[in-house]
Amino acid sequence: MNGNPSLHLWLIPLLPFLGFLLNGLLGRRLPNAVVSSIALLFTAAPLVVVTSIAFRFSTLTLPYVERLDIPWIQTSTFRADFAFLLDPLTLVMLLVVTGVGFLIHIYSVGYMAHEDGYWRFFAYLNLFMFFMLTLVLAEDFLLMFVGWEGVGLASYLLVGFYYLRQSAADAGKKAFILNRIGDFGFLLAMFLMIAHFGSLSYAKVFGAIAQHPEMQGGFLTAIALLLVLGATGKSAQIPLYVWLPDAMEGPTPVSALIHAATMVTAGVYMVVRSHVLFDRSPFALGVVAIIGAATALFAATVGMVQTDIKRVLAYSTISQLGYMFLACGVAAYSAAIFHLVTHAFFKGLLFLAAGSVIHGLGGQQDMRAMGGLRKHVPITFLTMSCGVFAISGIPPFSGFFSKDEILYRAFLSPAGGPILWFVGVVTAGLTAFYMFRLWYLTFFGTSRTPDAHPHESPWVMLAPLVVLGALALGGGWIGIPHALGGGDHFAHFLDPVLRHPAPSYEQVSMIMNQQGVAQAAAASAPQAPLRPEGNDTQERIFSLISVAFAAIGWFFAYLLYCRKPGLADRIAERAGAGYRLLEHKYWIDQIYTAVIVTPLLFITRYLLWGAVDSGVINGGGFIASGSARGLGALVQRIQSGNIRSYAGWLAVGAAALILITYFGFTMHP
Amino acid sequence: MAIPIAYYLVLSAILFSIGVGAFLIKRNIITVFMSIELMLNAVNLTFVAFAYQWHRLQGQIFVFFVMVVAAAEAAVGLAIIIAIFRSRSTLNVDQVNLMKL
Repeated sequence: MNGNPSLHLWLIPLLPFLGFLLNGLLGRRLPNAVVSSIALLFTAAPLVVVTSIAFRFSTLTLPYVERLDIPWIQTSTFRADFAFLLDPLTLVMLLVVTGVGFLIHIYSVGYMAHEDGYWRFFAYLNLFMFFMLTLVLAEDFLLMFVGWEGVGLASYLLVGFYYLRQSAADAGKKAFILNRIGDFGFLLAMFLMIAHFGSLSYAKVFGAIAQHPEMQGGFLTAIALLLVLGATGKSAQIPLYVWLPDAMEGPTPVSALIHAATMVTAGVYMVVRSHVLFDRSPFALGVVAIIGAATALFAATVGMVQTDIKRVLAYSTISQLGYMFLACGVAAYSAAIFHLVTHAFFKGLLFLAAGSVIHGLGGQQDMRAMGGLRKHVPITFLTMSCGVFAISGIPPFSGFFSKDEILYRAFLSPAGGPILWFVGVVTAGLTAFYMFRLWYLTFFGTSRTPDAHPHESPWVMLAPLVVLGALALGGGWIGIPHALGGGDHFAHFLDPVLRHPAPSYEQVSMIMNQQGVAQAAAASAPQAPLRPEGNDTQERIFSLISVAFAAIGWFFAYLLYCRKPGLADRIAERAGAGYRLLEHKYWIDQIYTAVIVTPLLFITRYLLWGAVDSGVINGGGFIASGSARGLGALVQRIQSGNIRSYAGWLAVGAAALILITYFGFTMHP
Repeated sequence: MAIPIAYYLVLSAILFSIGVGAFLIKRNIITVFMSIELMLNAVNLTFVAFAYQWHRLQGQIFVFFVMVVAAAEAAVGLAIIIAIFRSRSTLNVDQVNLMKL
């Protein structure tokens, strides 16, 4: 469609799918070494393809769309194609998904070595890669939805990987059902788009919006809010976040890949991808910002008192996703994607390192039983420290730059404000507190289970840790803002996507007729993304403030969990109700159970099952079958086997026909 | 003066009704068979009557066909009746309502 060589984008998602088919169908009979080679090969291959595209990226005409010849769905009014889109945003996502995905696959080879269902695990993991890459590459909301649903399926399968454990099976179902609620919103949004734009292709929908500058709010708000509902499900935001902490029942590499680095960021990606829609609906943007800020603060407070190492990380993931939502809500899309990238690095790293700790302790996940591991697992300790520093926003680690960008933009943006900024900064302090709490509890002090013999993990697990550690350290340097001596390269790289689409020719000429040439020229120039200008000094001050908050968090963690162990427990006792509120995660699960699950079960059991199913459906069945049987019993008498009775019926029938014919003709001449 | 066609038709209807009645009432297969012949011939009578009335040949020709079919039927039917009688020693239709012996 343009002068580009064919890039064969379809290969990228299809390769992992091939791996899934091979492992899924034959894996049971293959030795573990073959299974892991297949899985690694088919995750490395898309990484190679993506990397080669990345190297040629500057020579391509963008956006590059690859459309398969065969239409997928075709009706008289609606058409959907298998179309893949490549633009800077897609490339960033592809690099993150394939890169981090490949590293986590390598790690899994070591982590899952002694587990049953080895082949099953890798088949599911490859299946996840297939769907995630489809989601990212799609040029169409419908194809994106396929990937969206698919990653939900893969997530369900992997959360419930230890399906013999009741809690794991329940967690899988919980994740799936809560995602379904979000997907319902996504579906409705797509229906609205079909109704209003007649298409689901990005180009057509966003193009149609660009051609009508008068389109503001209204149904666009409805579509945007429904999309947000979908995003809150997938990205674990208030009110649908409750599945993510439970999803930690899955194996740790799954938590790292799906529930930290990639899948849960799909909601953020989707919002950024449809930013044209959101820009036209300030209300929806406000909702996104408030959801994000509230979730960030809320999850961070819960994370402070969790004792399971993976649950702390789960709540911190929710909190960081809240940051990304906050960034989207203040129209700082590039900052959201920047944080998405650095978060994929450091949170993937943190989960993998936590997995290495758990592995080294033989399955222990409770931080209260850890301590003093620094000497036993030195490499895990070093790499995890990178992650902790990064997420806490300590310069020059990656998290500092991305988080700082979000906070600064939250303050400056017309959609943001001091309140959102303040919530963000407080959350940054809390984040530093609970991450350093984890750090001190796990690695410092003396071991609290003296009979444990922790051992360092094999190199197949440590190598990905080291790579991710380096990325968590340096991954943020691609987006250092001007104020701190960088070039803000990341945001500029994404500019072509986040720019508002140029208006059409007709529209420009309309403006020219009405308002004159100057306005038309101004309108026809592609608009730069909304980026409020602040001065460099201001930005530096904001950086200092957020670093100060992080340092305060660090200091308190040091005081409570390293300097004076035991003080934390006394404070917890003193705080009483407040502590219990946090410990029980604000009783949200219990509230949901009481308000939604119990009434739903009641309705299901007594109304749907008791009345509708047993009464109406079964009753209807009985009536239908009973009447058929009764009629049969009546009519079967005719078929007596007596020839003369048959002949009699024949004669009666013939006589009746004659009578009907005769009288029929006389009555209707 | 020609006899009106209605006479033939009434006679034919009477013959046909006798055939039907006998078919329904009689139990002896041979009698049943004869009543079938009676019905066929009642129809033949109408054919001939109409052919005469309208001066057409088709009706007459059709009667020959019916007679040929009736003869063939009689041959096959009588053979079946003999076979039935040999195997069941009865000619009562009510007792031959089973396909298998």
